[in-house]
Amino acid sequence: MDWYPLINSLRIAAISAAIVFFLGVWLARAIVRLPHAFRGALDVVLTLPLVLPPTVVGYLLLRLVGPRRPLGMLLAAFDLRLTMVWPAAVLASVVVSLPLMYRTARGAFEGFDETLAHAARTLGKPESWIFWRVTMPCCTQGIVAGVVLAFARALGEYGATAMVCGYTPGSTATVSTTVYQLWRTGDDAGALSWVLVNLAISAVVLLAVNLIERKGARRPARAGRVIA
Amino acid sequence: MSLVVDIRKRLESFDLDVSFELPADHEILALLGASGCGKSMTLKCIAGIERPDEGLIELNGRALFDSDRRVDLPPQERRVGYLFQSYALFPNMTVEQNVMAAVRLPERGRRRERAHDLLAAMRLEGLAARRPAALSGGQQQRVALARVLANEPELLLLDEPFSALDGHLRWQLEMELSRTLRSFPGGVLYVSHDRDEVYRGCDTVCVLNEGVSDPKMTMGELFSAPVTLGAALISGCKNVSRARMAAPGTLLCTDWGVTLACCGEVGEETSHAGIRAHHLMVEGERGCPSENPLACTVDQVIDSTFSTIVMLRTPGGGPLRFELEKERWRGLGVGSDVVLHVASECVMPLVERGRGGARVA
Repeated sequence: MDWYPLINSLRIAAISAAIVFFLGVWLARAIVRLPHAFRGALDVVLTLPLVLPPTVVGYLLLRLVGPRRPLGMLLAAFDLRLTMVWPAAVLASVVVSLPLMYRTARGAFEGFDETLAHAARTLGKPESWIFWRVTMPCCTQGIVAGVVLAFARALGEYGATAMVCGYTPGSTATVSTTVYQLWRTGDDAGALSWVLVNLAISAVVLLAVNLIERKGARRPARAGRVIA
Repeated sequence: MSLVVDIRKRLESFDLDVSFELPADHEILALLGASGCGKSMTLKCIAGIERPDEGLIELNGRALFDSDRRVDLPPQERRVGYLFQSYALFPNMTVEQNVMAAVRLPERGRRRERAHDLLAAMRLEGLAARRPAALSGGQQQRVALARVLANEPELLLLDEPFSALDGHLRWQLEMELSRTLRSFPGGVLYVSHDRDEVYRGCDTVCVLNEGVSDPKMTMGELFSAPVTLGAALISGCKNVSRARMAAPGTLLCTDWGVTLACCGEVGEETSHAGIRAHHLMVEGERGCPSENPLACTVDQVIDSTFSTIVMLRTPGGGPLRFELEKERWRGLGVGSDVVLHVASECVMPLVERGRGGARVA
């Protein structure tokens, strides 16, 4: 069995989860400080990919970075492209999994007791120290849950990925697109083996989420709730 | 050590207008007032957590906030220690790490050493490795205090330090805290709504009424001669009547329907009279003064733990509360008439001062 789809899927999910972690945490922090009307509008835009069909997201991404679109042509000028290559799947995964990270992180930050930050400030601590040593550790549970959910969502991503990078064995093939391709071409045994691989990964991820939640339940003082 | 505070801030339910000075080292000044009168907000403005609309906050000659000169130091640069009502210990760090985080020394080893010295001084050595969640309320308070002191502030702010603790724990902690505060080199601001706690622990007091501060006074003055209505009420004065000057040295108390001689300073601005419940005496009692008779009717007799409380109706219709030792009350029942007296030095002339009202010099 050629393991390329698994390696590719894990690579895409890991990179997109890392991007989504920083982006989601930053957005969650930044949006709380915005004026109210602005905050509501941005909240809708950021959460939209969670409820849109992945094919719609894929279509919109193609409109944005497609080879004959302005942004795609700009990339082409630098000999870069974001269609039909595996990094395109990272882009698609980031867009569809960002809402999960953003909403979970925002919930965690909203549950954070600001008095702790005030106390640290009166003790002379710089803002970066407060963020990394107090705020983030107090919100760990919510943030980690967000990352795991984003990773799982990226791993299972099919629609938008299929539209922006298609299925090329040894290049853009992921677990989910491979299952579809093998089933479509009548290789039922091959499809089943990838289905089993997928089931195993998903079970591990869900187990991880449950463990994190149970760990959090034992420490009720910590902020954070998981929005799944 | 010197602190000058003179700030104004518009709030939702009232306007904050606070001004006082703390000129001496070792002085413990109480900010006393009912819940939600702006005490905590005042502390937050001094610490830099909240921003006043205008005014001046100066600590040891350093402007922390000055709206005229557009100075507004961040809390990090103010060197003002703040003991929060909830103690605000970092839940993700151990006791030792909490204190170490506040020590202003570059080397880790010396920070740890200093933290351990402070924990030992507070008898907390055994708890160094614990997390705040595993401590009792009293222990949390001591850790929070150790952390504030580790930061070597020039001024210490305490926000209702005992509000999160149970009654029976409080007494010992109060004595310990008082010792610690006495040894603190700078000034201390102590926010509380409990007049007894403040009387035991503080030197001077500034009463806050719906955001407006009274002039600073000593503890003795608050209880013997409060100047404002708010100060009289917060100092525990149970009887107040609207009043105005009848002649120099006499007050016409309209709610009580009597004119009383008064030793205190009566003037045009006097708006109320106050009499403490235990300063009243029954006619004929030993030591009862002959001046200021109040002919009253007994409304209700309440048997309290160590005293008897008698609620009376005055000629003017207003109620009067009379508290005395149980054996002094001669068992007069509801509806009986009784004449009470009050010494003229126990009649307190008061000034009502709300927002925009005349400031008392």
